[in-house]
Amino acid sequence: MLKVNDLNVYYGMIHAIKGISFNVEEGEIVSLIGANGAGKTTTLHAVSGLIKAASGNSEFMGRNINNMTADKIVRLGLGHVPEGRRVFQELTVDENLDMGAYAVKDKAVIKREYERVMELFPRLKERRKQLAGTLSGGEQQMLAIGRALMSHPKMLLLDEPSMGLAPIIVMDIFDIIQTCNKEGMTILLVEQNAKMALSISDRAYVLETGNIVMEGKASDLLNDDKVKKAYLGG
Amino acid sequence: MDFIQQFINGLSLGSIYALIALGYTMVYGIAKMLNFAHGDVIMVGAYVLSLAAVKAGLSPVMSIIFPVVICMLSCTVLGVTIEKIAYRPLRNASPLAVLITAIGVSYFLQSVALLIFGSNQRKVESVIPEFSLSLGEIHLSGEAITTLGVTVLIMICLALFINFTRVGKAMRAVSEDKGAAQLMGVNVNTTISLTFAIGSFLAAIASILFVSSYGFVGPYSGAMPGIKAFVAAVLGGIGSIPGAMLGGIILGIIESMSKAYISTELADAIVFSVLIIVLLVKPTGILGRKRITKV
Repeated sequence: MLKVNDLNVYYGMIHAIKGISFNVEEGEIVSLIGANGAGKTTTLHAVSGLIKAASGNSEFMGRNINNMTADKIVRLGLGHVPEGRRVFQELTVDENLDMGAYAVKDKAVIKREYERVMELFPRLKERRKQLAGTLSGGEQQMLAIGRALMSHPKMLLLDEPSMGLAPIIVMDIFDIIQTCNKEGMTILLVEQNAKMALSISDRAYVLETGNIVMEGKASDLLNDDKVKKAYLGG
Repeated sequence: MDFIQQFINGLSLGSIYALIALGYTMVYGIAKMLNFAHGDVIMVGAYVLSLAAVKAGLSPVMSIIFPVVICMLSCTVLGVTIEKIAYRPLRNASPLAVLITAIGVSYFLQSVALLIFGSNQRKVESVIPEFSLSLGEIHLSGEAITTLGVTVLIMICLALFINFTRVGKAMRAVSEDKGAAQLMGVNVNTTISLTFAIGSFLAAIASILFVSSYGFVGPYSGAMPGIKAFVAAVLGGIGSIPGAMLGGIILGIIESMSKAYISTELADAIVFSVLIIVLLVKPTGILGRKRITKV
């Protein structure tokens, strides 16, 4: 579904992503794990068009998305929940969700997706008219995911959904990710919480200073000594 | 009674400042730049109005509508063109480069006007029909009534547009986080163009109301109202739409009162001291807020 080949990204003189290749098949949950600064977020930004890659080839559902801007790529059905949630603080919950459906023209579809999001995140329902900036971190993360679901994407890029959240809320969020996946949504997950990410993933890639150093089935990586030592706390 | 009269004059003048300040504040909110050429769009609008009014040998109603529409169209197109040619290539440049470019565009427009029309002031026929209203000792000119009415109408429309339409929401979203807005499918360039279009359209209206009261236009006519509207936008809180409305009105009243009760010569000095005081006391302006960014 998503094929990335020999991706290179520079920040000025810094070679942040050094020719990585990976792919995500339809229906999979794939994780990209690695330490802080390994280039996980940069990879996602390059895929969704928020930053320009220096070279490389990205294909989404058979279409070349190399030089497309972010607003065009999302319209192809590739949603992106950015790191740090980035909900629109000064818009209400409802307005945020409506922005999520900006690319959707059909009112009936918007209504259906809205109800679906409310069903997945009942907490948001209580806070519909509240400004997003007044929500708790967990609620903002739910809103960020809900907002991305509003356009009914075929594939979702999730960047650090567990960041800064209480463990019990992280469980909720990961449950929802799995629910979406069971309903047919393909997921590329970026996480520092490697244990959590691997436990729900089919496959994973390990990123280290801009290179993919390891890849394989998530269950194998969970039992790999090197991975255990470096990312799973021994 | 004189006080009320001066107050109404101030409201009317302030409405014009508010209309111009909206252009500054919206562009600042969305493109994060100060468009110092904004005042000169008003000057261009006034010249267009004078040309269109002279050339039209139309029915009484059409002789008002034609120049007004032409003026609005020209200003809107001018604003969007300026953004496309001068500012868009600098989207990722340093704010200083953009600021200097804006000042350059301002001088460019003034020089072109000077080249075409010379330095003499040119007479502009008022497009507002002559009428007036007297309530006891208070005298309301047709210009004042029209200015107040038009401004109130425009502000209501703008508030509805920004708060309740999808495009308005997209504008607020872009203003807060361009990247996140793009991830929603919002085209940032289109949104910025639209902002310039709306700002310049409002400048056209301000231009029509301003020259209809003032009667003349010269190459530098836009500079003073432009810079005062900028003060108004800062006073209200730059980036805030209600702030620009409020700041404009307050500034108009201060100027009008200063002229009436303190000194005509000092009025401008007083207006600009407002800017200095605001920057010292509350740099974010009356309705401006510091954005809290959580990481």
